[in-house]
Amino acid sequence: MCSRYLASLLLIGCSVLAGCEREQRAFHDQAPAIQSVSPTSFRAGGKSQPVAKDPEADKYERNAFHISEGKRYYEWYNCYSCHAAGGGDIGPPLMDDRWRYGGEIEQIYSSIVEGRPNGMPSFAGRIPDQQVWQIAAYVRAMAGNAAKTAVPARGDEMKNTKPLTQIPHTPVRTERPKTQR
Amino acid sequence: MNDPASACTRVARPISWMIALASCTVVGCHPSEPNGATQLNTVANPTRPAPGSAPPPGEGPANISVPDSASPPEDGQWTMPSRDYANTRFSGLDEINTANVGKLQLAFTFATGTLLGQESAVLAVGDTLYFVTPYPNILYAVDLNAPGGGLKWKFDPKADAASQGVACCQPVSRGPVYSNGRIFYNTTDAHTVAVDAATGQLQWKTRVGDFNYGETFTMAPLVVKDKVLVGNSGAEFGARGWLAALNASDGSIAWRAYSTGPDRDVLIDPSEFKPFYPQYRGTDLGVSQFPPDHWKIGGGTVWGWISYDPDLDLIYYGTSNPSPWNHEVRPGDNLWTNGMFARDPDDGHARWFYQISPHDLWDHSAVNENLILDMNWEGKPRKVVVRPDRNGYMYVIDRVNGELLAADPFTYITASKGVDLKTGRLIHNPDKIPSQGKVVREVCPNSPGAKDWTPSSFSKRTGLMYVPHNEMCMDWEIKPVSYIAGTGYLGVNARFYPGPGDHIGELMAWDPVARRKLWSVPERWPVWSGTAVTAGDVVFYGNLEGWFKAVHARTGEVLWQFKTASGIIGQPTTFRGPDGRQYVAILSGIGGWAGAIVSSELDERDPTAAKGFGNMVGELKKQSGIGGMLYVFALPR
Ligand code: HEC
Repeated sequence: MCSRYLASLLLIGCSVLAGCEREQRAFHDQAPAIQSVSPTSFRAGGKSQPVAKDPEADKYERNAFHISEGKRYYEWYNCYSCHAAGGGDIGPPLMDDRWRYGGEIEQIYSSIVEGRPNGMPSFAGRIPDQQVWQIAAYVRAMAGNAAKTAVPARGDEMKNTKPLTQIPHTPVRTERPKTQR
Repeated sequence: MNDPASACTRVARPISWMIALASCTVVGCHPSEPNGATQLNTVANPTRPAPGSAPPPGEGPANISVPDSASPPEDGQWTMPSRDYANTRFSGLDEINTANVGKLQLAFTFATGTLLGQESAVLAVGDTLYFVTPYPNILYAVDLNAPGGGLKWKFDPKADAASQGVACCQPVSRGPVYSNGRIFYNTTDAHTVAVDAATGQLQWKTRVGDFNYGETFTMAPLVVKDKVLVGNSGAEFGARGWLAALNASDGSIAWRAYSTGPDRDVLIDPSEFKPFYPQYRGTDLGVSQFPPDHWKIGGGTVWGWISYDPDLDLIYYGTSNPSPWNHEVRPGDNLWTNGMFARDPDDGHARWFYQISPHDLWDHSAVNENLILDMNWEGKPRKVVVRPDRNGYMYVIDRVNGELLAADPFTYITASKGVDLKTGRLIHNPDKIPSQGKVVREVCPNSPGAKDWTPSSFSKRTGLMYVPHNEMCMDWEIKPVSYIAGTGYLGVNARFYPGPGDHIGELMAWDPVARRKLWSVPERWPVWSGTAVTAGDVVFYGNLEGWFKAVHARTGEVLWQFKTASGIIGQPTTFRGPDGRQYVAILSGIGGWAGAIVSSELDERDPTAAKGFGNMVGELKKQSGIGGMLYVFALPR
């Protein structure tokens, strides 16, 4: 604040130049009221912060057609090139119980559409919405989390992992997004 | 055992050497000696000097030498990862030698603060050590005058995190290079930086490639005269390969030589380009040896080692595999991928080319080191390069004109049937040509090959090369693949497994004159570290379990070993410290292609994880911790 000694001088200056607008402050605004924050960034899931259930989601991970379509698109869109058959490569494994950004189908959907900062490309606008859900359902199947009655018993390719029908259910666990530093 | 020596060192004998080779590697070698070295029984070949007939200490070997211009005398420093332009990784220091190396002790350690593969060489310039971490590519300057090696400064290039997604085999760095008061190095997000070696201040930064198209950097630059030579990685993403020369003064790009496309892009000028073999002569072969327009996404990246012969004023380097891995997508020889160029460093113009693996079937990327050696070849002195290739052959190539002199198998091979010395062509094995709808089994060597990027060394005293290499095989299935910029471009399912021998990796001593293996130190896992050899006749290297070893350069006896905290995939270096003593430095920290299962915490229940290593190295998780650490050793005071 201006000292009393300078105040009158400045007053003159202000009225002439209107330059003191930058000094005006509003002291009475309240911080916006929010209930809680997400314990991890990127809307990662976990018990503490349940993900809004998408009404669409269930229908995909319970349906044999959608899951097998998802398997095809997983190859077509080169998910395989970075995640292999679920064991991971450049990208993290998708068949284990560790999820940086959440392993619920809605979160997997978001990972595909939004991309993730350490090198997961965003497929927004590249893959039609229904196909993204189908891929997400297949990713759920990799970790044994889609309906067993709906997953394909065998693939056509060289034996990679166990048949999806035999992959044990792996409860989704969320870890902090990994930084390399 | 009948006569493996003469049979195994012959070249390109159809079938017969296949059998001979199999007997040589499987039957012919004695199992491990107690000292850890496998001695190979050798039978003198009348036409060649007897192997192992190295001269007494102090004298150089007969029939082979390193030109002085490419390998200056020892000054106690290590200023480029390959030590010298000849790529010898030979240090003239001998304070640490075969008699006392057993007493080697830890001098100090320094944590890198990163978890992925530490492939960087540790440079020693004056009183400072320099190395680069994997992404975020921090350049560390470690002060040798500080007790216990303190931090002098560190430099963060602020590389873009998203580029990690297109680094095929972890976002590794093979190290910085020092020249004229500055450190130059490459970042994962395809920039080259120049940093003041004294202060750590950035001098310039150039965006040389675009990671949105899968271009990253992993290689260490080489400085030749006023140019910083850098080449891209990314043939697993359909990146079009190139080698670029940046002006050291300001980082501007002086020239760029592509590995595919029209001659003007490849810097081929018919008046200067004189390849030895006719299949490399013609116009725009880098276009016509691909399907239409495919050269734009055809690979041939330049991520390995560059050597330089100052007398001939030529640089030598290899180009990588073509993209995608599925070979049915790209009929043709796919020039100029998987071969080696000799170029003029001033304008980049090509002088000759030799294709190691035409129409690659297996990702046998031809980027390995080319050691510059002068040899007595069938009675005549010849300037050659010797290079152990991923496809399993040890090549000797005339470095003046690009003529192939020899291509001797050094491992178990089923993928090919030899190299035709007349035409220079690798002979594919017709039984193993992949086609869609079938799984090709027992392909040896597998895609990382008989020897990946891990550099060999050459001793001026023993005349031997010390080659870290592996014996692995694979099942390989090709499948349809679409090119989507920024995603992998492979079209293959693969799973790797150990070869027929009783061990996967080894450090091998290879006699380039007799053209045969003399001994080897067996390793359970692939050897993924480089090597260094000294005038004390000690070879240093590390293994994936984390053992750092000192081996007798003449006998292969393991003289000393130390267990570091994590698997070693770095490059050992040795230097004289400001206190006058000799030190040995190595980074420990598992990762890279072979170690990603451990440090990227992949799930080996999927055998195709890490492009096939999932099938083989899961057990390593129990043997190696995760995390980068610099280890520096010296003799007790
Ligand atoms: C270019 C390589 C690349 C491609 C292609 C790619 N991913 Fe990823 N993916 C990554 C990387 C790297 C990460 C880790 C990102 C991070 O940690 O910030 C990742 C993360 C993910 C995650 C989050 C995992 C977790 O632990 O929360 C999912 C789910 C995923 N990817 C699915 C896919 C699917 C499905 C596709 C194909 C549509 C695909 N990815 C294509 C590299 C890739």
